[in-house]
Amino acid sequence: MKVLCGIGGSDDSVRALERTVERAAAAGDNLTVAVVENPDSSTDVDALVERADDAVDGAGIDAEVRRVEGDPGTRIIEIAEREAFEEVVLGGGHTSPMGKITIGPIAEFVLLNAKTTVTLVR
Amino acid sequence: MNERRYPDETAGPFPAPPIEFTDREGRAVEIRQFDGSVESTEALAEMYIEFDPSDRAQGIPPGTESRVREWLDDILGGDCLNVIAWCDGEAAGHATLVPDGDAFELAIFVHQTYQRAGIGTRLIRGLLGYGQCEGVETVWLTVERWNRAAVSLYEKIGFETSNAESFELEMGLRLNEPPGDDDIESAADG
Repeated sequence: MKVLCGIGGSDDSVRALERTVERAAAAGDNLTVAVVENPDSSTDVDALVERADDAVDGAGIDAEVRRVEGDPGTRIIEIAEREAFEEVVLGGGHTSPMGKITIGPIAEFVLLNAKTTVTLVR
Repeated sequence: MNERRYPDETAGPFPAPPIEFTDREGRAVEIRQFDGSVESTEALAEMYIEFDPSDRAQGIPPGTESRVREWLDDILGGDCLNVIAWCDGEAAGHATLVPDGDAFELAIFVHQTYQRAGIGTRLIRGLLGYGQCEGVETVWLTVERWNRAAVSLYEKIGFETSNAESFELEMGLRLNEPPGDDDIESAADG
């Protein structure tokens, strides 16, 4: 399957990256990792690209890690449609100190606007 | 994460527990601080294990007994502040403040048997009274935006919407003034 995994540096996006790479290695997915600029994340984009490269190399798969500029939600949907991805994978939300799950604005936008299947990783 | 915003004005004052009242169904209810006992913990576990899954919000209370117990372990310990509404020896409702850096996150649950009887309003006021006594400065919560009953309860208490850009509304309340220059001066004088 042709899978686009969008990450912006939040903890849940890093979890989504790890699980998607793992799954791609097991299932033979054609994976692209899109590193977006998440204004709510303090993680540096270069560090995140490096982290994604390491994850891909570690799993021994051949996946593209791509830096994506501009509005994260809009860009992820645009790439998914233009390049005929079958699935978009994103982080499945942040857990508050109380244990409440909240879904970030990027995931919410993609979920409501994408034409492809969207997977949120918990 | 973006900085959370809070109202400038302090809300309340709110009454501290214990608080006794008769609910709209004529039941005697008492709101008390959580006392740390095994009995109280068990009463809460029982309330949450029986909790109607359709009233869950954003993943809590959790759906299985073992996960309810893990969750209670987290929110009944440490610097968390908890109050329980008791009715006839049962936990009818529970409200909690969980530390989050300088602020506290609030949640409240009333068991289905005891809903729509005015217990939630008393319970949240009791929790905020407890928090006010303990010197809590700011409180925030998230609520699903379609949950109008909850949103209007929080607004009535004094919560103001601080972020409306997601599925969930984020609301904030100020319980105590931050220690200002005046306080420092008067402390020095004393």
